[in-house]
Amino acid sequence: MKAGEIKALMDEPACGHNTAAKSGCARPKPGAAAGGCAFDGAQIALLPVADVAHVVHGPIACAGNSWDNRGTRSSGPDLFRRGLTTDLTEQDVIMGRSEKRLLHAIRQAIETFDPPAVFVYNTCVPALVGDDVGAVCRAAQDRFGVPVVCVDAAGFYGSKNLGNRIAGEAMVEQVVGTGEPPPPRQAGHGGRVHDINLIGEYNIAGEFWHVLPLLDELGLRVLCTLSGDARFHQVRTMHRARASMVVCSKAMLNVARKLEERYGVPWFEGSFYGITDMSAALRGFARLLRDPDLTQRTEALIRREEDRIRALLAPWRQRLAGRRVLLYTGGVKSWSVVSALQDLGMEVVATGTRKSTEADKARIRDLMGEDARMIEEGNPRALLEVFEQTRADVLIAGGRNLYTALKARIPFLDINQEREHAYAGYEGMLELARQLALTLESPIWPWVRGEAPWDEQGWPHTAPSAAEVR
Amino acid sequence: MAQVTQRARPLSVGPLKASPPLGAALALLGMDRSIPLLHGAQGCTAFAKVFLVQHFREPIPLQTTAMDQVSAVMGGDDHLQEALVTLCGKNRPALIGVLTTALSETEGADVQRVIRRFRADHPEFEDVAVVPVSTPDFSGDAETGFARAVTALIDTLVPATDCAGASPRQVNVLAGQHLTPGDVEALRDLIAAFGLDPVILPDLSGSLDGHLAPARLSATSTGGTPVEDLCRMGEAALTLVAGAALAPAADRLQALTGVPDLRLDTLMGLAAVDELLVALSRLSGRPVPPRLRRERTRLQDAMLDSHFMLGAQRVAVAGEPDRVYALARLVYEMGGEVVAAVATRNAPILERVPAAQVRVGDLEDLEQLARQGRAGCLITNAHGVETARRLGIPLLRAGYPQHDRLGGFQRTWIGYAGTRQTLFDLANLQLESAGHHGVAPYHPLHDHPPVEAPEHGPATPPATGCPA
Repeated sequence: MKAGEIKALMDEPACGHNTAAKSGCARPKPGAAAGGCAFDGAQIALLPVADVAHVVHGPIACAGNSWDNRGTRSSGPDLFRRGLTTDLTEQDVIMGRSEKRLLHAIRQAIETFDPPAVFVYNTCVPALVGDDVGAVCRAAQDRFGVPVVCVDAAGFYGSKNLGNRIAGEAMVEQVVGTGEPPPPRQAGHGGRVHDINLIGEYNIAGEFWHVLPLLDELGLRVLCTLSGDARFHQVRTMHRARASMVVCSKAMLNVARKLEERYGVPWFEGSFYGITDMSAALRGFARLLRDPDLTQRTEALIRREEDRIRALLAPWRQRLAGRRVLLYTGGVKSWSVVSALQDLGMEVVATGTRKSTEADKARIRDLMGEDARMIEEGNPRALLEVFEQTRADVLIAGGRNLYTALKARIPFLDINQEREHAYAGYEGMLELARQLALTLESPIWPWVRGEAPWDEQGWPHTAPSAAEVR
Repeated sequence: MAQVTQRARPLSVGPLKASPPLGAALALLGMDRSIPLLHGAQGCTAFAKVFLVQHFREPIPLQTTAMDQVSAVMGGDDHLQEALVTLCGKNRPALIGVLTTALSETEGADVQRVIRRFRADHPEFEDVAVVPVSTPDFSGDAETGFARAVTALIDTLVPATDCAGASPRQVNVLAGQHLTPGDVEALRDLIAAFGLDPVILPDLSGSLDGHLAPARLSATSTGGTPVEDLCRMGEAALTLVAGAALAPAADRLQALTGVPDLRLDTLMGLAAVDELLVALSRLSGRPVPPRLRRERTRLQDAMLDSHFMLGAQRVAVAGEPDRVYALARLVYEMGGEVVAAVATRNAPILERVPAAQVRVGDLEDLEQLARQGRAGCLITNAHGVETARRLGIPLLRAGYPQHDRLGGFQRTWIGYAGTRQTLFDLANLQLESAGHHGVAPYHPLHDHPPVEAPEHGPATPPATGCPA
């Protein structure tokens, strides 16, 4: 990928980070950088397309150290979990055999798994030595008659965020618009069926299945979720949707923007976390689709579901109300999870804003008040200090901070993509409450915080001497 | 805490318990060069032998008095005497345990009298200890038999003395049936770590630890507590009693010797091990060694790592009372809930099991209670495999028998390290079964199948690919 192309991707007009002061994502700071590379981001964004053969073209680190470690779930094919890589060797690199190996690797993937498409991810070494991965992909597609999509996302191009964007770009430029959806079946409610997209929804722990039945009930046909539990043929039809929702993510805004520019698909940003945001998301579709009947049915469904879930949450609210939460996550979740926690009666004492935009911060102030405490810097030490200062009861953060919290004997809830629990939708609130109570109410805290019944030399406290015992 | 309910059904379905003579035989196999002799029909021994052989994957020297039709009616005394003479003459063991069975007890055997007659008739065998244990099959379970055998060993072989503390570094250990050979060994190591000298009764870690002995064939146990060690139990500074079932044995030992004792109902979990180590440190006048202090911090770390999985765990547990208590206690200390507890027999300790109720019953009770209580995992012996399968939940094997696995007999559950491994295993069960509790895949009514018809899609290959 050329420097100019990267720069163009960094400049995302729809992103709130594109201010006058700076354009696009900040450059990672050597020695103090956390988070993944562009390849990581691209792979995360597309891997949940479940029936595709995802071939990572590079030495073993790229796929070998990262495959099969995320909680995204599929309702059908599991090819995406197989871990396919060209595993380049020193000889491949020196002798220039890596392009040939890639072509054969694609053939093997097609012959073994018969996938509807192959996604090839370029990585640092082939990008550096000058493999023409795009040409190999075109040759493979011509030769084998299966779509082969090139995702040129070498790690050194930039951050994980950029990788998400590269992935989205690859879909928009190479896949979207190459297929048509079948006409929808008659809706059960007698109303119209509307086609929609979800962008940046990854179906972690199957949590989208908390949301999908409600969309179904409203007559919203999901043409594609990019990319949780998606199929290749679904990605091809995204241009036919009448509305898109960008879920909890700044990274794939470029997809939503381009779908709007090229195909006139309107979009909005939203979240499925918390009662308030879940309802807002449903209203968002009703608003964009401009169907009065849908609006009416949406309001009825929201009333029903909110009443139901509030009744179910009542006993949990009693247990969790007033407990103090330190939330450290990024971007949209910095406010979307706040509202979920407030729905549970909990007090959010501070929230992380490392990847949040000014708009995100404004929403935080709306929710938490003008003097809401925001944490820009999220190194473990700073996080623990804030935890102490704010007298928080529980830390909610990404898996990377899990063991920081545990070593500091602090209750913890994992909110990021490696987690095993489904928090989205109305139903997900119950799981969120359950998991919060689980860690907060665990009886182990006095045991792990307390001292051993002996001193540093191992002498029991107030020990009678050996002679006394006798 | 728990309400104990007795079984109300006439039929036992999926028996949980093994018989008292089997438990007594197990205790006697923890004595060096011993032969348990079951006074009953051949089958009494054969079944117990197969049971133990399968569990330990070891030859098990069990003998029988082979009562027949005549002796069952007319008395089996001659069979018993003949068996004692044969065993002494052929194998010259250090000890023979005479274990009664339901058959010989019903027939009315007076084992004590037969042993006196045998002593009078055969002074040449006076170096062979003979220990009678009353273990009718219809009274109790394997833990009962085990405890009775330990009491009988003390009664018969520990002399009444008044020299408690004469060996100030000696610690007696009465090791209950819920301890595996691996547990006994771990306990010995803990005690030895304070420079103390443990005398363990019975010592399964010396006999049934799965070692390869130099002799190719042995008709007796090949290791365990030497008979002579019982003679010096009166000199100890302290007796550790592991398991509430051994309370009668502990009472007897204290009455005979006056050695003070410390009774520990469980050796699993941070608090229980803390208590043990503080006692050992005080007794020895030595600090807790660095290795054990390190192990404690590891257990704490494991508690942190596993509390996410164990905090909401719904556990069904079944077995002998001491084992049920120890496991239920650990589950409770981690924040989990014991939703079903089934014990082989009633015992005072069951009231202290942290559960709403404990049923005295069988695997059918366990299955019903586990289903009602929506248990997420099962802890019991290998007979629970089918129960777990029907319930669709994973099984952690604990207790006797474990005939479908290698190594279960040896696993260490106690101490900081053993507890840690148990927490890991319980948490892993939870992770493995997480798929069952996750969100079920939803297939929408307004679905979106791939289009094959040409009018809806472009001809293959589609016009995709990298831009040039």
